[in-house]
Amino acid sequence: MQEILEVIFNINTFSAAIRISVPLVFAAIGGVFSERAGIINLGLEGMLLTGAFAGVLGSYLTGNPYIGILFAIMAGAFIGFIFALFTIKFEANHVVAGVGLNILMLGITTWLMQILWGSRGTSVNVTGLGEITIPILSSIPILGKLFGSHNILVYVMFIIVIFSWIILFKTPFGLRLRVVGENQEAADTLGIKLRKIQYTSLIFSGVLCGLGGAYLSLGQLNWFSMNMSAGRGYMALAANIFGGWNPLGAFGASYLFAYTDALQMRMQALNLNVPNEIIQMIPYILTILVLAGAMIRSRPPAGLGKHYKTNR
Amino acid sequence: MIKIFKKYENSIYSFTAILLAFLVGSILIHLSGFSVIKAYSALFDGAFGNVFNLTQTLMNTIPLIFTGLAVAIGFKSGLFNIGGEGQMYLGAFATAIATIYLSFLPVYILIPLVLIIGGLAGSAWGFVPGYLKAKTGAHEVVTTIMMNYIGILITSYLLLKYFKEEGPIPQTALIPESARLPELVEYSRLTWAIFIAVFVIIIIDIFFKRTELGYKIQTVGENRSAAEYAGINSNKMMVLSMMISGFVAGLAGSTIVMGVLHRFITNFSPGYGFTGIAVAVLGKNKPWGVLFAAILFGALQTGGITMQLFAKIPMDLIVIIQGLVILFVAAPILIKKLLRK
Repeated sequence: MQEILEVIFNINTFSAAIRISVPLVFAAIGGVFSERAGIINLGLEGMLLTGAFAGVLGSYLTGNPYIGILFAIMAGAFIGFIFALFTIKFEANHVVAGVGLNILMLGITTWLMQILWGSRGTSVNVTGLGEITIPILSSIPILGKLFGSHNILVYVMFIIVIFSWIILFKTPFGLRLRVVGENQEAADTLGIKLRKIQYTSLIFSGVLCGLGGAYLSLGQLNWFSMNMSAGRGYMALAANIFGGWNPLGAFGASYLFAYTDALQMRMQALNLNVPNEIIQMIPYILTILVLAGAMIRSRPPAGLGKHYKTNR
Repeated sequence: MIKIFKKYENSIYSFTAILLAFLVGSILIHLSGFSVIKAYSALFDGAFGNVFNLTQTLMNTIPLIFTGLAVAIGFKSGLFNIGGEGQMYLGAFATAIATIYLSFLPVYILIPLVLIIGGLAGSAWGFVPGYLKAKTGAHEVVTTIMMNYIGILITSYLLLKYFKEEGPIPQTALIPESARLPELVEYSRLTWAIFIAVFVIIIIDIFFKRTELGYKIQTVGENRSAAEYAGINSNKMMVLSMMISGFVAGLAGSTIVMGVLHRFITNFSPGYGFTGIAVAVLGKNKPWGVLFAAILFGALQTGGITMQLFAKIPMDLIVIIQGLVILFVAAPILIKKLLRK
């Protein structure tokens, strides 16, 4: 028991959770922007996977992981645009199109991996992102351990969390975006450029997933492996819901998931009498419970998943 | 002319979507430096080239019929059941274990009984997301995916803890001879399961066309508030449809254990549960549509292996085609625009 408590409150668990949370946070905020604009985004999973692949490809081609991040951003934006095209212009059922996109991107990334690197399992090793140590912060006891030394994407994540909250709740664009998600017809009548806002949100959602994906492949590791997003996109969608379609809430929810995951990994190492399979289930069970609990008290944007034809 | 077009409108759209998927696929093959003709002919040959390949295609079609039907049944009530994979694992595991304890029964009782046990295990796995959706509104796509992970882990845990056969491979002992489904063609592993699959298609077709319960479930799927207004308990219908859906997905696992593997092995599925999504979407959620779509994807699965072995073209091409088919079928407006040109 003593051992378990030590792991639960260990600073290393909290610090590991920050690292694990990064892809979830990016994708969950991507989910916030997309769903606030009325588009159910199950494609987060495929977008994350695309970002992870493009990141490694960029680093492989140039030897520079920062160019890898740029590749991931561009690939994410492109997939976000394609998803917007299908869900908005071609009026595809959002949920079906999202799952279709995920299957497609799983196929394409695995295919390209074999063409480029000749292996179905993992890519070659590329240059990953290095740690950046922030001078004064890193020497403060607890804060230093938590925030002092990470790769660039972790710091970008914190900026994105605050930046997206400001955009969504403190700017005219954010207000319009939220109106679109609530009622497209009303937004259209008010003269809001409905389509422009929806496309922008989905492309931004793709960019965020690109960054999250790049963190998976270039930040946590320095290679790409088949299906490396492993369901994180779906967890991120749940985090977005649990967080009340709010970037700050999405961050909190993602961190909670990441914390349980970190705990799960550390508990496996403890050789407790609980079998590993059962410990591994904890994050999945938690996602279900949290989602069920969250849905009782919060309400999605009213126009979520609906199609609307504009005359403009 | 227009009348004929209207009658077959849906089939024409689906057919165009498949063609378009293969077309995009061929661009990818070409850009990757392979020969498109070589790829598709190896794919076709691997799927239909001789009697043996044909039996393998049908063998791969069987689980896809079940998982495709399972997704289609969920859709009828407006739910997207992506949990077919987990439900199938539960069904396979329950059937494999049940045969050990029930092997004393005569064949004509044993076989239906262990099939039902497999179905019920899948049904229990479908119940959880259905119940949560009805009670709390938790999105079934997320919960069914989480249930997949939990299902695969829990069967693996139970296997290792209680039922593992001696040896390096995590698998149960072989199931008794009496619980194995007879082969139709020798050494093909194509068994009577194909008739069970077709039988289930007929039952589900009748269920939705002719029974009050089936009609109620569809009403909920088409318009939930209208259904409530008509006095249908939509929550109950959603839970029921998820349970029926899980039952059918469970049968995919049972028939694989009884017909193909003759035991439960961890990680036995090449993703039948997920391919079931493409099958249902392409089959327009109609039971007979599911049959044709399952044959197509069963053929792709079988042909893909030949393509990889002999033409050295990665079999992930078939995953790409699956994804494209889902996207194109989901977007009829795109196809309409293309056909008008």
